[in-house]
Amino acid sequence: MTIVNDIESRLTHHGGKGKVIYRHRIATRITHWTWAIALFFLLLSGLQIFNAHPELYIGQQSGFEFDNSILSMRAMQTADGKVDGYTTIFGRSYKTTGVFGMSGPADNPSYRGFPAWATLPSYQDLSTGRVIHFFFAWFFVAAFLVWFVTSLVSGHLRRDILPSLADIRGLPKSLSDHLRFRLHHDGRYNVLQKLAYASVLLVIFPLIILTGITMSPGMNAAWPWLLDVFGGRQTARTIHFICMALLVAFFLVHIFMVVAAGPLNEMRSIITGWYRTDPDKKEEHTA
Amino acid sequence: MSGFSINRRKFLTVAGAAASTIPLSGCDAFDGLLSSQSRVRDVLASANSLTYRVQRMLINADALAPEFSASEVRQGQRPNGSTDPTDPDYLALKEKAFAGYRLTVGGLVEKPLSFSLDELRNMPARTQITRHDCVEGWSCIAKWTGVPLARILDEAKLKPEARFVVFHCYDSMNLGLSGAVRYYESIDLIDALHPQTILAYGCNDEALRIANGAPLRVRIERQLGYKMAKYIKNIELVSTLTPFGSGKGGFWEDLGYEWYAGI
Repeated sequence: MTIVNDIESRLTHHGGKGKVIYRHRIATRITHWTWAIALFFLLLSGLQIFNAHPELYIGQQSGFEFDNSILSMRAMQTADGKVDGYTTIFGRSYKTTGVFGMSGPADNPSYRGFPAWATLPSYQDLSTGRVIHFFFAWFFVAAFLVWFVTSLVSGHLRRDILPSLADIRGLPKSLSDHLRFRLHHDGRYNVLQKLAYASVLLVIFPLIILTGITMSPGMNAAWPWLLDVFGGRQTARTIHFICMALLVAFFLVHIFMVVAAGPLNEMRSIITGWYRTDPDKKEEHTA
Repeated sequence: MSGFSINRRKFLTVAGAAASTIPLSGCDAFDGLLSSQSRVRDVLASANSLTYRVQRMLINADALAPEFSASEVRQGQRPNGSTDPTDPDYLALKEKAFAGYRLTVGGLVEKPLSFSLDELRNMPARTQITRHDCVEGWSCIAKWTGVPLARILDEAKLKPEARFVVFHCYDSMNLGLSGAVRYYESIDLIDALHPQTILAYGCNDEALRIANGAPLRVRIERQLGYKMAKYIKNIELVSTLTPFGSGKGGFWEDLGYEWYAGI
């Protein structure tokens, strides 16, 4: 393959610096940035949509006369007349004034699930939230299909994403290395990276897409089995929300690791594809 | 280096990485672009017509919305929107328990029709236990009984240029400064002729309650709740939706919600 030739021709050693390798193919880079932009807007518009009914349930329907709620963010008035925002998870309420349930200036608070800084638009506007969400959802799904097919065909999925048996055996060592911030930059994904990317790309992405489709009453007529798979429309909505929270957690770790591993080199590789490895003596890592 | 030690440089790197994860705030930066008159919003909203076309392609015209068993009716139908109209013509009907109610069917039909509630109740009925999905995100399962709209449209004989069914309603929604506006809705003929599209006069084995749209509301089971007009006054067959309201095909559509609410 030409990529191998490219790598050969670009192998350089500058003083103490490591080799420069071609790490990310064009499909990886384009889908990465499509997802980055789409997920930013999907998250903020999704929280806007959630705010229209800031409560999650298990089952087909929402319990108004029975209780199948597992999470809610509401403003409630206590006996002394004071209003506060409360987040209730599995029946336990926590005061979350300022963030969830009630936020904004103290003299003019808004009663809303997520605060204004976390939603698009910042003010309550369900219809615009839906317009933004469904626009970027198309890009998100298209990028996923492109990524899945090209990664399957190119072998990227098998080679770089799915952990091998040897990877799994190396899990304890990789864990202890990470806990000590001993990061090896040989251009290949270690087992924790593979597990993280495989979980996001092969579990959370398909789940968040399918649970999104399950919430569509139109698609319920076309593919009613989705309701059976996820245990009802309201459960699907809850799973959609949990996937969102997991993606936010992934994002925080992802950015943290990029900065810890050398943000300029990491950014260069995800933009141009070229990545400088450690000037390493430890050639066994790349082998 | 052996053992566990974090030197100053490493500490700063880690601290910097942690700080970089503080989420961006200030989403009001986009507010101007997203106001109801903005071009950006129009471009984003064009994705809705793609959704409409793809869903119409994937969903068989006669594919049924899921129906549920009686044990899954666990609560009364949750009312939303207008729950007790105060329009004078509605109050006059309500006073006589809707005895004087007549549903009229007009517009692009060969044979304009009109039905009393008793006449509708004596027509072949369909009963279905379905899930009502509000655009806000909640769902509620209830049992609905009514006349299939297809039957009424059959009797009225559509003219070939008829493309949409418009439901005109008795209830008004208050829009603040611009005053009260009568609710209306519209659907295409695919949904109008769908077997589960009924003009419902019964809910959960009782006469339809006022909060749920008495005397007559439509059920469009493959779309969201706001499509299912309550307090129906008359039905009009039309070729275009532009003459009504702001021309978007419904009360909520005129306020920015999508006309096709299968998503």
